[in-house]
Amino acid sequence: MTGGTGNIVAPLPFPTAARRELADGQLRANLRRATHTIRDKRLRVVGEVPDWEALRRSGAAIKDDVLARMPELLEQFEAAAIAAGATVHWARDSTEACAVVTGLVQQTGSTEVVKVKSMATQEIGLNEALAEAGIAAVETDLAELIVQLADDTPSHILVPAIHYNRRQIRDIFASRMPGVDVASLTDEPAALAEAARRHLRAKFLSARVAISGANFAIAETGTLAVVESEGNGRMCLTLPETLISVVGVEKLLPTFRDLEVFLQLLPRSSTGERMNPYTSLWTGVTPGDGPQTLHIVLVDNGRTETLADPVGRQALRCIRCSACLNVCPVYERVGGHAYGSVYPGPIGAILSPQMTGPDAGANRTLPYASTLCGACFDACPVRIDIPQVLVHLRQRGVDARRGRPSAERTAMQAMSWVMRDRRRYAAALRAARRGSAPLRWVTGRRGQVRRLPWPLSAWTASRDAPLPAAETFRDWWAGRDRSTHGGGRS
Amino acid sequence: MTSASRTGGAAAGQGSARDEVLARIRAARPTEPVRVPRDYHTAPATGTPDAGQADRDRVELLIDRLVDYRATVRRCTPDGVTEALAELLGEVPTVVVPAGVPEGWLSAYPGGIRRDGDPDPLTVADLDAPGLAVLTGCAVAIAETGTLILDGGPDQGRRLLSLVPDHHLCVVRTDQVVGGLPEALARLADPTRPLTLVSGPSATSDIELDRVEGVHGPRRLEVLIVDG
Repeated sequence: MTGGTGNIVAPLPFPTAARRELADGQLRANLRRATHTIRDKRLRVVGEVPDWEALRRSGAAIKDDVLARMPELLEQFEAAAIAAGATVHWARDSTEACAVVTGLVQQTGSTEVVKVKSMATQEIGLNEALAEAGIAAVETDLAELIVQLADDTPSHILVPAIHYNRRQIRDIFASRMPGVDVASLTDEPAALAEAARRHLRAKFLSARVAISGANFAIAETGTLAVVESEGNGRMCLTLPETLISVVGVEKLLPTFRDLEVFLQLLPRSSTGERMNPYTSLWTGVTPGDGPQTLHIVLVDNGRTETLADPVGRQALRCIRCSACLNVCPVYERVGGHAYGSVYPGPIGAILSPQMTGPDAGANRTLPYASTLCGACFDACPVRIDIPQVLVHLRQRGVDARRGRPSAERTAMQAMSWVMRDRRRYAAALRAARRGSAPLRWVTGRRGQVRRLPWPLSAWTASRDAPLPAAETFRDWWAGRDRSTHGGGRS
Repeated sequence: MTSASRTGGAAAGQGSARDEVLARIRAARPTEPVRVPRDYHTAPATGTPDAGQADRDRVELLIDRLVDYRATVRRCTPDGVTEALAELLGEVPTVVVPAGVPEGWLSAYPGGIRRDGDPDPLTVADLDAPGLAVLTGCAVAIAETGTLILDGGPDQGRRLLSLVPDHHLCVVRTDQVVGGLPEALARLADPTRPLTLVSGPSATSDIELDRVEGVHGPRRLEVLIVDG
């Protein structure tokens, strides 16, 4: 068993979870507005860059190079980071990663840590593991804080609280944020941001341990990079004595120079900005400046499983920009929670089932959470062909179940017997037309049935069934020939 | 480091997480070598062969981008720095400076000056005092993205200086301005120094995507561009 574990397993089949989310009209309105705003901004700033396609191709190739040389690059990164004063740890899966981090925090004696938003720590379920050990993890990104106070889970990679509007956020702060002045708290975003600032300031200034992820890990120099906007990242990376950075093994870039590609691709793709407000880069420890103890935890958790698939491994190029979410017609309607995993949207639909193996929870349903429209591929800054991988994973799923009986396969076999012979086929059509004649009369011009009886109800659960035509094409053709063009033949 | 050795620190032995992860990757990775194309622009097209004009365009672009981020920008000549800083800091009671900021810059400034020195470094509480501004230089500035890069050089100091006070004033010489990100990274003296890239003031768009300036980093970013 080398599959990944943690918060990347969908507890419910996607159609079930999606139906639940679709019932929330407020959610759909919030999502639609948000995704359209970000995607329009992204298009504008990407349009400013004349060499965007060249950057995308280079970005994809740099990441492919990382996948091909990963062991050497990891060893190079580890050696450089150690030489710069860091301690490097390795973890096979989420349980092991959580155990390493928990142990490191316990060694410091701290019972509270500040956290900068990190997909890797969400993936491994670190906050829950720390809580079990009696350690409070305080999320310091505004959206993560909202989600944490609401006892909810993030619904978007970049803007995790996108499913809440200002009114809802105000109510969450008023009821859950310690020490907040409820009487004067309005639902103005500036007032809410100010409340968060006051709430977190004391924590930043007193925290002794911080936990971060990393957007990039540079093999050549042992450098880590975090890209953010609010300054909460800089606070966590600068003020505490101890910093623990949890990093997926695929976050590598071979050289410092490679940042010139990724620091152009990432901000424009994710927030639609020319550059995010703050980017911090640190290499080991610097005496007198920033944390004096640095631990780096390199995490596999199913990444090597993903690497082993020649088609699917391109998912490991992902830099978590979330551009694919914002252009996805499915994500726009159902939101992030429907995907179950911390990785939602098109990238989640290929990443989660590959990292865990398709049979974990309901992850087998995720590759079907797509219309295959291809917008995600166009938006992806590292050219991950998400539709290709979706189809590949669907194929893999079907192949794995070949030979087992299923209603669909039985129906298809019967259909194939009927369609193999012209007379059988014509007779079946005649029977179908006769059988559906009363229905045609009932449905009138619509000519479609909304609900068929079981087992065909599985088909009509998400689509209407068309009725057979009143007349076959052959009959129509023959009739047309006789009546209107009867003498027309020369 | 008990947990480190148990779960595979650098020197861990057989059966460690490190060895196992590396072995898995060796078994799973593709074997084809990859060629990385580098045909993106490493220097932006400025549209003119006249170097002087290109420099002027670059500085104009930087100002445009900084203003777009709602930073405030002012320009002056090398002789005008002292006067410009005194005006910009007019209302500020105390300014913090890293050790390497030239004495002369603040000679016309009437308020208090606190220098972050090696024998007595300022504490976080010192820097969190209300009404404080910090004055730094920068290592390089990127016109296309409106980005200032601080690399901990003597006139920029420790990372917390430009982080904790609510007001950051950064002095940029026009010869430090480059067109794009590739040129900027290539100019850095040492990439292993603590680096901070600043593009506008602290901001969040987490609530209905409404941009709010000033969450945890400085709410005010002022840039003084010195022709030189």
